[in-house]
Amino acid sequence: MRFVPVLLVAALAFAATTQAATPGAAAPAFALPTAGGETVSLAPLRGRVVYVDFWASWCAPCRRSFPWMNALQARYGKDGLAIVGINVDKRREDAERFLRDTPASFTIAYDANGATPAAYDVKGMPSSYLIDRKGNVAAVEEGFHDERRDDVEAQIRALLAQR
Amino acid sequence: MSKRRSARCSRSARGLAAACAAVALAGCALAPPKPWEKGDLARASMRFDTDPLQTKLTQHIYQSKEGAAGGDTVGGGGCGCN
Repeated sequence: MRFVPVLLVAALAFAATTQAATPGAAAPAFALPTAGGETVSLAPLRGRVVYVDFWASWCAPCRRSFPWMNALQARYGKDGLAIVGINVDKRREDAERFLRDTPASFTIAYDANGATPAAYDVKGMPSSYLIDRKGNVAAVEEGFHDERRDDVEAQIRALLAQR
Repeated sequence: MSKRRSARCSRSARGLAAACAAVALAGCALAPPKPWEKGDLARASMRFDTDPLQTKLTQHIYQSKEGAAGGDTVGGGGCGCN
């Protein structure tokens, strides 16, 4: 009997983890500030294919992924692709220094307290979530691997072809 | 009179000790940091070795002498990348 509250907490914690963004599930909503002071959230992007990328200044593969994501945004932006790079740095200056060295031509949002990566249950840095036009998670990409570029691009093309 | 005061004193001291213990326990990082919280762990000053190249050389010599590979440390710098 004494353990009932403990079990309850454990069950709730488990329920929270099963809410994570897995393929087929609705993408967890977020509303985060951008560098320009605007707010970026998923709801206004409904109808577009969204590539949500969690990155940090201290993450070496993230640095390599930025030029590729810039190219994707340039190539597929007009077809309805929106890339949102969510920075998880504790200090904004670290992110800004990273962006000076590695410019981004897609939307950058800041989440210093980590609520969004927690909601998406990010397993490693970087992690990316491909979200279809209906707002559901279509694919989860853990880490940045050069050999996965073509596959991810093909997935994006397939999702853009869906109406 | 003085006895009562000392009893009260010891009780408040015990309370203080309990509070300190609670704070100290809460300060322990019982849960490992999440992948997005490893910014401080990824700093160069958090490395066990000072020079990655020197470590690689030492490991190479050690492995060729001992005829054994691996088991040195876990791979990666703890930043949770990949």
